[in-house]
Amino acid sequence: MNISRRQFIVGTAAAGGGLALGIGLPLDAAAQASAPTQAPGEINAWVVIKPDSTCVIRIARAEMGQGTHTGLAQLVAEELECDWKKVTIEPITPHANLARDRVWKDMSTGGSRGIRGSNDYVRQGGAAARLMLMQAAATQLNCGVGELTVADGVITQAATGRRVSYGEVAADAAKLTPPDPKSIKLKNPRQWKVAGKPMKRLDTAPKVNGTHPFAIDLKLPGMMNAAIKQSPVFGGKVKSFDAAAIASRPGVKGAVKVSDTAVAVVADTWWHAKTALDALPIVWDEGENAKQSSATIAARLKDGLTSSETFFAYRADGDANKTLSGAKKKLDATYSTPFLSHACMEPMNCTVRITADKAEAWTATQNAEASMAALAAVSGLPLEKCETYNHGLGGGFGRRGGPQDFVRQAASIAKQFPGTPVKLIWSREEDIQHDYYRPISQCRLQAALSDKGDLEALAIRISGQSINAYMAPGNIKDGKDSRQVQGMYTEAGDAQFGYTVPNLLIEYAMRNTHVPVGPWRGVNTNQNAVYLECFIEECARAAGKDSFEFRRAMLRDHPKHLGVLEAVAKAGDWGKPLPKGTYRGIAQFMGYGSYVAATAEVSVSPKGEVKVHRMVLATNCGHAVNPATIAAQVEGSVAYGFDHLLNEITIENGRVKETNFHMYTPARLYQLPRVETVIVPTYDFWGGVGEPTICVTAPAVLNAVFAATGKPVRTLPIKHAGLTLI
Amino acid sequence: MVELDINGRASQVDVEGDTPLLWVLREQVGLTGTKYGCGVAQCGACTVHIDGAPTRSCSFPVSAAVGKKIVTIEGLSPDSTHPIQKAWVALDVPQCGYCQSGQVMAAVALLKEHPKPTDAQIDAAMSNICRCGTYQRIRAAIHLAAGDDQGPGSVIHMEGA
Repeated sequence: MNISRRQFIVGTAAAGGGLALGIGLPLDAAAQASAPTQAPGEINAWVVIKPDSTCVIRIARAEMGQGTHTGLAQLVAEELECDWKKVTIEPITPHANLARDRVWKDMSTGGSRGIRGSNDYVRQGGAAARLMLMQAAATQLNCGVGELTVADGVITQAATGRRVSYGEVAADAAKLTPPDPKSIKLKNPRQWKVAGKPMKRLDTAPKVNGTHPFAIDLKLPGMMNAAIKQSPVFGGKVKSFDAAAIASRPGVKGAVKVSDTAVAVVADTWWHAKTALDALPIVWDEGENAKQSSATIAARLKDGLTSSETFFAYRADGDANKTLSGAKKKLDATYSTPFLSHACMEPMNCTVRITADKAEAWTATQNAEASMAALAAVSGLPLEKCETYNHGLGGGFGRRGGPQDFVRQAASIAKQFPGTPVKLIWSREEDIQHDYYRPISQCRLQAALSDKGDLEALAIRISGQSINAYMAPGNIKDGKDSRQVQGMYTEAGDAQFGYTVPNLLIEYAMRNTHVPVGPWRGVNTNQNAVYLECFIEECARAAGKDSFEFRRAMLRDHPKHLGVLEAVAKAGDWGKPLPKGTYRGIAQFMGYGSYVAATAEVSVSPKGEVKVHRMVLATNCGHAVNPATIAAQVEGSVAYGFDHLLNEITIENGRVKETNFHMYTPARLYQLPRVETVIVPTYDFWGGVGEPTICVTAPAVLNAVFAATGKPVRTLPIKHAGLTLI
Repeated sequence: MVELDINGRASQVDVEGDTPLLWVLREQVGLTGTKYGCGVAQCGACTVHIDGAPTRSCSFPVSAAVGKKIVTIEGLSPDSTHPIQKAWVALDVPQCGYCQSGQVMAAVALLKEHPKPTDAQIDAAMSNICRCGTYQRIRAAIHLAAGDDQGPGSVIHMEGA
């Protein structure tokens, strides 16, 4: 991405390519912001070497459990040739990034881009530092650079055996002119020693003894705490509230309006603030949206499935409708998937302190630059007087990227208590009821099968809410929101449709609702994979063909799609006998630059109890920087993907009905199968890892359920089909 | 004023008796390793031990904790060497880490009751929610801590390398 020097563009951390919030702030802030003092031993922006050869690697992307800090450090260390055992990591702040002309580039962390989006420049940073350290060593040893070798941060002159450590030459190296980036040759990934290996995470120790400093744990001198209640109906406003009614409660400092849509109570402790807020009489102006419900929304989406107007034909190969009308064997099915909540384990929170000339925010964010921009906008202070300190996130999943609502609210509250730090914590109820939800959609799919059982025509019409329309309308060109067909793209590289079908129609009918929506780990690939892969299963069965062979034949023109399907079939023992009552399902898809496929082994009791025994998930992410992290992400994507089986957010009287984890029930340990991760890297591209495999989780399970019961599940979650997950 | 026995030390706190123990630990005592996740005893992020029993402190009034021994994640071991903590580190269990204090406390209580837990016993005891989905490694780490090493948790087939 080419970023103009005059614009501080803040992309969203929105988990998804092509989404940009575009807070464009023309400013001279880069020049005005005070540049932080260069740390001693700073070789370049990415690498600081201490006298004892400890290597501090700076990281711009956010860590929310996905392991990107460790992976990025591996990439820098690989080129740096330092001692991996002496590596520590240091996050940078958006203020520092701005002050140094965005030398660390994009801080936004989403769309599975942490590694694939920054691998080139972080490796360049490691390599440049190595070259400078080698040059400094050559000067110190009075020899040519070509006479030196380096391993584990120790530089050796082969002829004499003389050695110097990185720590001994760091001060000299820091004074050298950096090499021309064009002169740097990066290693062939097949020769990696630190990257490409299942290195241990660098951030585990403080996560097993309670010392990892989450934003919600922050304590500042004189800090007050705030609890917030937002209009239960989306779009509603605060009409009035009776602050006097709670003024005498213990610890209460005041009740304040937060924009027009929320009320916060500020108190000495959060528990005092929360209980006082519960007792605070608030009158809401609920507005027109109070008439909306899941039923009204479903009707609107249903209209989009058949409407001859206001839809967008994304792709039309051949003539699917004509083929369908003349076909002897036809299939026609409608699927639906609900709103889902992110439900990060750490509830939304942010601490803000605003003085006359400085605004600071401590939070958990997928985009610290967007947080700082939100702080600047609400505080009224220019960016160069703002700073954001990002903490390790207690879950992100796309929730903590674009909206930055928690930062804006905390800033709005803190502005009303100048000089006092105020920590805003959302209750779980607020978190479930005021999310930026995975949007709702329905999909009608029609197929024509030839006498031989080949798929001659496929028509797909998705009707549902658009994330772009809610968060980034500028991304919709001429009413064409191609992002909604993610995973069915025509072009190669990101989320390509893998099947070859002679007559193929893919359409999207935008049907928006009043419910806020946003990227939810995996975004549109999740729903689109359910639609496509469950319907392909219906077609395979109608054609009397094996589920794997049916897909395999249609993937003939897309070898990478085919490659992971074959890998998962092999590792997943496709075609081999199973215990009586256990059935297999299979699915494939593409998202975030990676190719994925899954098998699931499932049994279903007569009472409709679904037990998933084993899942095998294959991924081709091009280069595999840390196989252990990839496995952790794949295992996690099964648990998160199970939301499709288990959960929905429903709307009653304009508001969310579900309130907490007894109604929105994330998968628990007993419900998870044994998960096996198959990594089939082809070493010729950089794909994402955090999101891609989620989308094949639900369809692989649902296809196995279909095999077990003989009935397709078309409406999620599975309780609507009389099924439970045990 | 209420006197509590937390991690073997007496702590005096000035709070209303119906305040949940979780918020007393976090806001009065300064022990923030115990986490708020739901407030309704569903997710288990707030799990502590009260007289040895795993307890969801978000729904446990501080008045009921008087005279009992409270152990939080900070009091589990002075140097993070409890067998469960060592197994968690050995298998790199945590992802974001937010739920892990509660997971660790639940697992420690499980091992006290069942030193060699079966998978069914792990299923029953480990009802804490983890949104990152670290469950598979949690199961493997519990087996490892119990001296019943069943492998690393993650099963990885690396092909074409």
